[in-house]
Amino acid sequence: MKKRRWIDALFQLSALVLALGCTTLILLAADAPPWQAYKNIFLGSVGSFKKFSDVLVSFVPLLLVTSGLLLTFSAGLWNIGVEGQITLGAIATTWMLRLLQDSNLAPGLIITAAMLAGMLGGAIWAGLAGALKTYGGVNEIFGGLGLNFVATALTLWLIFGPWKRPGIGSMSGTEPFPDSLWLPMLTGLRLSPWAVGLGVFFIIVVYFLLRGTYFGLRIKAVGKNIKAAYLLGIPTTRYLMLAFILGGSLAGLTGAMQVTAVYHRLIPSISSGYGFLGLLVAMLVNYQAIWVAPIALFFAALNIGSIQLPIILKLDSTLSGVLQGVLVLFVLLAEGVRQQITRRKGGTL
Amino acid sequence: MNTDALLLGLAGVLATAAPLIFAVIGETISERGGVINLSMNGTVLLTAMGGFAVTVQTGSLAWGFLAGMAIGAIVALIVAFGSITLKQSQVAIGFVLALVCRDLAYFIGNPYMGMAGTRLPAWVLPGLGDIPVIGVLFFHHDVMTYLSYLIIPLTWVWIFRTRPGLMLQGIGEKPAAAFVRGANVNRLRYLYTVLGGAVMGLAGPIYSLSVKAGWKGTISGLDGLGWIALAITIFGGWNPIRAALGVYLFAFLQWLGLVLQPSLPGIPSQVLQVAPFPLMIMTLLLVNIGNTEWVTRSLAVLPAPLRRLFARMLRAMRASPPGALGTPFDSE
Repeated sequence: MKKRRWIDALFQLSALVLALGCTTLILLAADAPPWQAYKNIFLGSVGSFKKFSDVLVSFVPLLLVTSGLLLTFSAGLWNIGVEGQITLGAIATTWMLRLLQDSNLAPGLIITAAMLAGMLGGAIWAGLAGALKTYGGVNEIFGGLGLNFVATALTLWLIFGPWKRPGIGSMSGTEPFPDSLWLPMLTGLRLSPWAVGLGVFFIIVVYFLLRGTYFGLRIKAVGKNIKAAYLLGIPTTRYLMLAFILGGSLAGLTGAMQVTAVYHRLIPSISSGYGFLGLLVAMLVNYQAIWVAPIALFFAALNIGSIQLPIILKLDSTLSGVLQGVLVLFVLLAEGVRQQITRRKGGTL
Repeated sequence: MNTDALLLGLAGVLATAAPLIFAVIGETISERGGVINLSMNGTVLLTAMGGFAVTVQTGSLAWGFLAGMAIGAIVALIVAFGSITLKQSQVAIGFVLALVCRDLAYFIGNPYMGMAGTRLPAWVLPGLGDIPVIGVLFFHHDVMTYLSYLIIPLTWVWIFRTRPGLMLQGIGEKPAAAFVRGANVNRLRYLYTVLGGAVMGLAGPIYSLSVKAGWKGTISGLDGLGWIALAITIFGGWNPIRAALGVYLFAFLQWLGLVLQPSLPGIPSQVLQVAPFPLMIMTLLLVNIGNTEWVTRSLAVLPAPLRRLFARMLRAMRASPPGALGTPFDSE
């Protein structure tokens, strides 16, 4: 058992080394100095307290969306519609804020209502993908993809149509909300302690939900073998829908965060790609909740650190995306190699 | 709108559909063999960038298209290696590659942004191009558009009317049976996945060297097209002709959106451009719903003539994926 753990770690380490090697080759091919690039990413993410707080700003949505994705992955679902669910969460949040901003309710109450609306928005969008899957036979990957595009169209229509800025609508988004409707932030920083608190709270909830409850066990049973689960008397359709709705509500909360804590308005690309990045994080941690927070933090650091690249080295900031993706790819391949070797040796490893 | 403008518009629909045709046919070939290549969105972007960059470097359009095919084949090879040899999830590997290739395209393509490039020249087919109406509509395009017409029936004939094509259906539908019949299932799957990838790899260069000539990074407007092509493949029910009809319908609807724009001032152009998607979801629903259990059950309660009518309608639209799509094959 102990030996096996060592070998697993060895494979993961070699995946990391290969990913770094591969990215370095790409950098060399692009005529860029690799060491400089890595150094800038490192300094750009943890070089100062301010920068590290920016990493945390990016960490929260990634953490939230990945916690939601763990639920759908556990049920064996590829929730690619997660981007649209984030977007719908942001739309619903903006809608609620607009509805209540002129009322004389306490700001805290308005923000809470807006976040709940966001969760509901994400849940409805995920529920749509779920209904298409369970009642319509439409694979969740394709239903979800279609719904992502619809969500983007809806955002654009709102920004250029009914919610356009006084005068003329523009790609910069809707009119920003007054600071009283922002999630309270630390002075001088863009970081909201409330956001971090919520992110950490929900990953813990998901961890215990999947690990210590009957509900989690059943969801995993549905994910492992849906036919067997059905024969064991688990209402599989209901559990699939629940996984979608719960996962979607966390994606919706991610969108709500983007509106209340980051952008303070609705912008065309409000999801910022966190949904797809969350899918990568979930794959990298092999769907285990315990590892989500550190990996999400690492990915967020790469994202923030790479912002420096265009300014200092005239490189595109998508280098972080390349590194993240290549890392996940090599981890998947290394796992495959490990499984093949184990099988050939008759399972003695 | 006068007839000339209408004709040119419709001819434009055929030209803009060309890259999507290659993408959808490539995916259909791969999926017929049982391998989903989910990397398509990244492949289209990377081949668009790669094809453009190679053409800028070499000055040759042919090398640009060949580079696209090579990149598409290499990405498909990774999918094949991960899923066939290492037996990992095709969806996982393909999805990761979709993101990696996209970011790689933006990263490597950075210095090529906005650079002036060559554009594939139009080539009016002698004789055919002079036919009134039809000439302008079909035969005033570039060579890739003509190839896009050809590849549709060619693929159809290969899959449904030849012996190797029958084997292709077999390895995707019932690999065990094909194996017993003497097929080297995994080697054929490698072959068709890589072939499909190479065909798909033409889509990108057609964009960057013809339809949307140039490379403009994130604002190239190419991000998302691969996902669309994936959805159309499903809509096409793994049949090249039906898939091609899906592509033309999609291209037509997008063009219609642009044309209708001036008469619908309340709706921003971005919305009309994505208008085909709700329609796409609806058609996916119609295509798939006949396969669900509750529909079969509800149909059973209906009186016989009505039941037969509905059943026939659903069957006409229905498409079932190849039986072994997405599952690895092991001869042991």
